[in-house]
Amino acid sequence: MIYNLKIPDDLDKISGLRMGDVLYITGKVFTARDEAHQLMLELHEKGEKLPFDPSKMVLYHCGPVVKRENNEWKVLAAGPTTSSRMDLFEKEVIEIYGVRIIVGKGGMGDRTSEALKKVKGIYATYTGGAGALAAKSFKKVLSVYYLEELGSPEAIWIFEAENFGPLIVSIDPDGKNWNKLSRDEMEKRKKEIFELIDHEGN
Amino acid sequence: MDIEKSILEAIRLAETTIPEDVYKHLKMAYSMEENEISKSQLQSILDNVEYAREKQLPICQDTGTQTFFVDVGFDFPFKKELVNSIVNAVSKATQNYYIRPNAVDPFSGKNPGNNVGRFIPYINWFLRDGDDATINVLPKGGGSENASALAMLKPGEGIKGIKKFVIDQLVRAGANPCPPTIIGLGIGGGSDLSLIIAKRALLRPLGQRHEEKRIADLELELLDLANKTGVGTMGWGGKVSVLDVHIEYAYRHPASLPVGMVIQCWADRRSKVHIDSKGNVEVVQ
Repeated sequence: MIYNLKIPDDLDKISGLRMGDVLYITGKVFTARDEAHQLMLELHEKGEKLPFDPSKMVLYHCGPVVKRENNEWKVLAAGPTTSSRMDLFEKEVIEIYGVRIIVGKGGMGDRTSEALKKVKGIYATYTGGAGALAAKSFKKVLSVYYLEELGSPEAIWIFEAENFGPLIVSIDPDGKNWNKLSRDEMEKRKKEIFELIDHEGN
Repeated sequence: MDIEKSILEAIRLAETTIPEDVYKHLKMAYSMEENEISKSQLQSILDNVEYAREKQLPICQDTGTQTFFVDVGFDFPFKKELVNSIVNAVSKATQNYYIRPNAVDPFSGKNPGNNVGRFIPYINWFLRDGDDATINVLPKGGGSENASALAMLKPGEGIKGIKKFVIDQLVRAGANPCPPTIIGLGIGGGSDLSLIIAKRALLRPLGQRHEEKRIADLELELLDLANKTGVGTMGWGGKVSVLDVHIEYAYRHPASLPVGMVIQCWADRRSKVHIDSKGNVEVVQ
């Protein structure tokens, strides 16, 4: 199924999504990589509030190339970064900040899929490396936080997205996780390939 | 054009324009792939490559670690200028937004903002006969670099051991290095040399085989085995997981069989600067 979602208005529709569904998202997206995840958790521990509401936005694993032009930021390239690095922090970020849509690439592990299941949230992937194409759908930079402290790839950028996609649902609200299913399949194939190698001549 | 300007142009070219051999292989992958989701991912990849080339934008936001393999003739007159020019070009490329500030202090995570720091940009020198120099530009992304591996095999494990290591590593990496990938394999030497020649092997255009038939045959055999893993484009399954395998080798210690494996993402970005003894420069891909 193909869905066009407006965020935050269509947040209640997420619980009906299934693994393999295709999404196009319009609305607010915030970027967060390793350092931003860590910072978000540190601020929570200190009892400090974030300057934005993550529960009303899409969390995007991305460190964009941005250009400062005529007093405005322009997004030049903004594809996803490898999501599995964020497995270290994502469960807590989901629980504390109520994030329900995560976008990245490469898949995420059980810890994250279990946390998403509890909040009826999803993880979807965008084509890795398709940075120029992704940037096309980020029409505006609404704000940037922690740029000085973290540097541009790790800072939290808030984008206004228009038809950001195609995104493919990789973890659905039931916790069904393509990453896990495909890994089991690849392990099976690996054994078959090893047998081929063992039985050849040299 | 001076040397620094030409390196700057080579960085810009590598980051915005995918080499023709890579483009052809991606198109071949698209026509071969039968898995519906992987095919849609390849479509996005091709759209992205064409859009980046047309608008002269970075193909991927991960513009990589700036890596230079420099082949220098013993009689090349501008050796010192080469080093300064590479470092200055990298810094300017960052200022011009051709590349993202991608070099940070490993302990504090502090980003100086210009892609210049201790040992970075990485320059690998290769001295040879002649009075000219070639700078190979290879911006290397982090996601694929994280899938690199070194195996110190027992010589008794032989070629079979090498094949199993490669397949195991590919499956372990899964979707993370942005498949369909290119595998650079360095066999022999020592721990360090095997990885350096593995990365260097990535400079060879896709589809070009090693000059020795026994190595060329092993490349094709590994390519076939790698495409049986079913990783597919971005991990969604299917027939195409790897675009090519490039092997380089070095003589080894009798007790060691080192295998260095460097994975390159589908965005296999490369360019070259050639400089003659009079200082005439040419940027090519």
